[in-house]
Amino acid sequence: MPSASLIAPYTPDATRYDELLNSDGSVRAHWRPLIERLDASTPDALRRGVELARRLIVENGVTYNVYADPQGRDRPWQLDTLPLILPAEEWQVIAAGVAQRARLLDSLLADLYGPQRLLAEGIVPPEIVFGHPNFLWPCRGLNPAGGRWLQVYAADLARAPNGQWWILGDRTQTPSGPGYALENRRIVSRVFPQLIDDLRVRSASPFFAALREQMLSQVEDDESPLAVVLTPGPFNETYFEHAYLARQLGFALVEGADLTVRGDTLYLKTFAGLRRVHAVLRRLDDDFCDPAELRSDSALGVPGLLQVVRKGRVVLANPLGSGVLESASWLGFLPPIADWLNSESLALPSVATWWCGERPALEHVITNLEKLVIKPVFPNQKFEPVFGSSLDRKAKAAVVERLRARPYAYVAQERVSLSQSPVWGASGVTGRALAIRVYAVATPNGFQVMPGGLARIAGDSAADVVSNQRGGGSKDVWVIAADDAAEEIDTVAGRRRQRSEDLPSRLVENLFWMGRYAIRCDDKARLARATLALDTRSDAWKHAMNSCAQFGVLAEKLDLPASLFDVGNANGLAADLRRLEWSATQARSRLSAEHWRAIGVLQRQYHESVSSRSDAREALDRLVLSLSGLAGFALDDMTQDDGWRMLLLGRRLERVQFLATLLGMRLSVATAPSRSELEWWLDIVGSTVAYRTRNLDRPRVAPVLHLLIRDVQNPRGIGFQCEKIRFILEQLRAGDATFDDSFERAAADLDETDFGVLEGVGYTAAGARQAFAQRLIALADAATQLSDRLSMRHFSHTEGDLQVVAA
Amino acid sequence: MSTVAYRVTHQTVYAYSGDVVHSHQLLHLAPRETERQTCVAHTISIDPPPTHSAVDVDSFGNPITRLEFDRPHQRLDVTTEMSVEVRGNADRVLKSEPWERVRTQLMYSGRPPGAERLEAMRYRAESPHVRIKQLFTDYAAGCFPAGRSVIDCADSLMHKLHDEMTYAPGETSVSTSLLEVLDKKRGVCQDYAHLMIACLRSRGLAARYVSGYLRTVPPAGQKALVGADASHAWVSVWCPLAGWVEFDPTNGVRADKDHITVAWGRDFSDVSPLRGVIVGGGQHQLSVRVTVTPLDGPMTAE
Repeated sequence: MPSASLIAPYTPDATRYDELLNSDGSVRAHWRPLIERLDASTPDALRRGVELARRLIVENGVTYNVYADPQGRDRPWQLDTLPLILPAEEWQVIAAGVAQRARLLDSLLADLYGPQRLLAEGIVPPEIVFGHPNFLWPCRGLNPAGGRWLQVYAADLARAPNGQWWILGDRTQTPSGPGYALENRRIVSRVFPQLIDDLRVRSASPFFAALREQMLSQVEDDESPLAVVLTPGPFNETYFEHAYLARQLGFALVEGADLTVRGDTLYLKTFAGLRRVHAVLRRLDDDFCDPAELRSDSALGVPGLLQVVRKGRVVLANPLGSGVLESASWLGFLPPIADWLNSESLALPSVATWWCGERPALEHVITNLEKLVIKPVFPNQKFEPVFGSSLDRKAKAAVVERLRARPYAYVAQERVSLSQSPVWGASGVTGRALAIRVYAVATPNGFQVMPGGLARIAGDSAADVVSNQRGGGSKDVWVIAADDAAEEIDTVAGRRRQRSEDLPSRLVENLFWMGRYAIRCDDKARLARATLALDTRSDAWKHAMNSCAQFGVLAEKLDLPASLFDVGNANGLAADLRRLEWSATQARSRLSAEHWRAIGVLQRQYHESVSSRSDAREALDRLVLSLSGLAGFALDDMTQDDGWRMLLLGRRLERVQFLATLLGMRLSVATAPSRSELEWWLDIVGSTVAYRTRNLDRPRVAPVLHLLIRDVQNPRGIGFQCEKIRFILEQLRAGDATFDDSFERAAADLDETDFGVLEGVGYTAAGARQAFAQRLIALADAATQLSDRLSMRHFSHTEGDLQVVAA
Repeated sequence: MSTVAYRVTHQTVYAYSGDVVHSHQLLHLAPRETERQTCVAHTISIDPPPTHSAVDVDSFGNPITRLEFDRPHQRLDVTTEMSVEVRGNADRVLKSEPWERVRTQLMYSGRPPGAERLEAMRYRAESPHVRIKQLFTDYAAGCFPAGRSVIDCADSLMHKLHDEMTYAPGETSVSTSLLEVLDKKRGVCQDYAHLMIACLRSRGLAARYVSGYLRTVPPAGQKALVGADASHAWVSVWCPLAGWVEFDPTNGVRADKDHITVAWGRDFSDVSPLRGVIVGGGQHQLSVRVTVTPLDGPMTAE
């Protein structure tokens, strides 16, 4: 190895297996091509590679939410560009072992929820089954559709100092991470495009094709089976992945409230009505899935879902109840279970684990406490893992007392010394402890294991814990194809275009409101900005302040700048910005990364202005500019389906309502609008320049109203909005004659008035203005009614919150 | 052994301030057959009529009914009527093993536990309303002297709860934690039962929650039992040699021919008479009426 090698600073840890180096310090053969390639690159090229990866993560919006992070919800995903490389023959052992284990856990679940022979034979302790909150009694006796209790499985593995891989734990609910693994591959393959081909790194995508196939093939024949990814929502730590998987698999991303059970059938509440759902990839813990029969303290789930499962009318991955296996207490019992159920021994050992519920095990654990880690058996125990070696006498006595009081609630595990792998750091290549998560999916031919998976690395060089919640990072895993392996077909996991009728109503409703709030914020910001620009002695001032109060821009007992930054005002601009963000959050799966980022920037800018008490007009300038950026995203950056149409409709309706109200309220007052008021209107609507190019003289009532109301070429005017609304309604209406046209009629009524008669100070002109004002108010009302009718027609399935009641 | 025949009417009415547009309900309102109880007749009437209705048996052997309503309604009336015959057996002299031995029998031994013991093991673990805590172990310490039979322990625990707790309707709800109940020593039959179960399970014993009814009108010359105007709850304890023995801590008596069983489970969450998830409905008012009428006075079995 040349001393100039990038890995020169890398030092192995004598207590760990080293992934990169042989014991003599030479680079392991399967790493050599990568290291050689790196050493042949210029430092600049290397830096660019790391930068590229970082940029892709941000641009693709790859995030991971950390519950305890006060900095906010989304944290960029941490990816080390150096992959972990595993040779074909080593992978073979892992893949076979993981598939075997998946098979075993599948039959174990079938027994626990069926005849319970393992309990009756005394092979499995009842304590670890009956005491586990995810052993769901109502699931006893059900036969999951497709006959599998485990559809997707993940094992966490680590390598001992002697090179042997061990299983640390099992993920049987619905394992997180396969989406991150795929995205890691996408990013790393941009950094090392040629190398991945040259090394014959196996592709992860057949796994997703298999998952998709598995979900869709088990349902009864149907022309177009509908599958969904069920997420707890945007606040979940891996929400990015839920949305990502949904896109990859071509499934709809839904929350519990988007689904409903009628009879024995599960439906998605779509924009176009109820649509039967055939398969659910759930990312919601099993006990939360059905508040009617399971945990009743949460409304995240779908009431009645369990009954649909019982009737075999939906495929669930994984079936409800599979969470009972997510406990370290099982590890020690799996060998006898494998022997009893399948007469085989496990190819991959689990980390040595003692369940304290057995007397001899308890005594062993107490005697050897310093060498062991104590963990809780049940997920609802308030007990963090304790390293025996870190306990002083007093703490040790306390732990022993706990163990003796309730031995069956604790396990002890041997401390695992994780292997070390190289990572990129600021100071070159260094070493970090590593564990891998490996995924398997059920297929008609047995469990298929994803070649590769998600490698997770410790947060610092001394740490032995890998956890995304605790600030570690991740790596791509490169499995080298065997020499004789057939070419893998890199199938793009069925990127079926989601049909418009599969759009969840809630999503569409949120898009609609996102459109409305974006314009509401824009209207209020422009109203406030134009008002702040007025001379307080001008005759427009009083009317302007009235309007500001009426639209909630001006709060009681505050001046205008203070009102703008007042977050306590429920009708104020700050509150509407929050609503905009909320509806965008709810519709996030439909927004591009840039679109989503733009909404985040908007909020940040505004809050910075608030905290720095910057000049209100300057803050409003920035806000108006950012809001107009949203219009660009709405027009150029979204799939143009019904969801998008509703977003546009929301924007247009909001603008009509605002303008018609603003103008209507003023015109119903007897005095004629003054020149400064007309200028103020033009400023609010952003039509000052447009007016000047069309009219040489100073603003007069008739030409101003013409521009603001009738000119269909003014994209900010009422006429333009009405034209566009008519067009969208035609598409939405799609031949439905029951859909009434009162909005269109109210819009047409505006054309009846001759604006010439609105000029002047006499009674006749005032009367004409007041009559016209009535028509404007009627249009604003019609906009409100249209909004309500659309809600009734398309969102009525989103009927409100669930209540759980018991008597 | 004497037998009493009863007719029970249990009416539950929900009045909602707004339309309930959709709801799923799970009913534990049909009496189960037990060693000391025979069900003669049983009906459930529901207004408005449900869109879907199905009967089934849950994992604990209780008869259940699942209902779905998909038409807007502002009132739901579920009335169950049943005729049952209950045989009294509280007079029998029961023997059981020392509580420590029972605790050992309920631990995993690595050998086949046998059906009865495995069944009992279901009811010694934590459940949604019953956590296992040192506090419960300590509270009941005086009831569990070394070597005392499990029946005597349970009897003594039942009397302790009956003596120390105050029956206080309306002060607790389903969501009141047991620790709070233990602290305030006030509650209704459900709280008495949950607390007794927690004390037993925290000592490694098996106890189940029994839901049912009490005779409303006492036999001549006797006092009416507490909790007779609503559905009632008590505790069944696994006492090897004697089997499952029922204790009513709210009244400080063994469950006998005044106790009509509907269902049992690990705690209230497994057997709540009417459990539902509704969409819409706004505020609701609940009224429950239970009438238990003995038919033709006490009968004597052949």
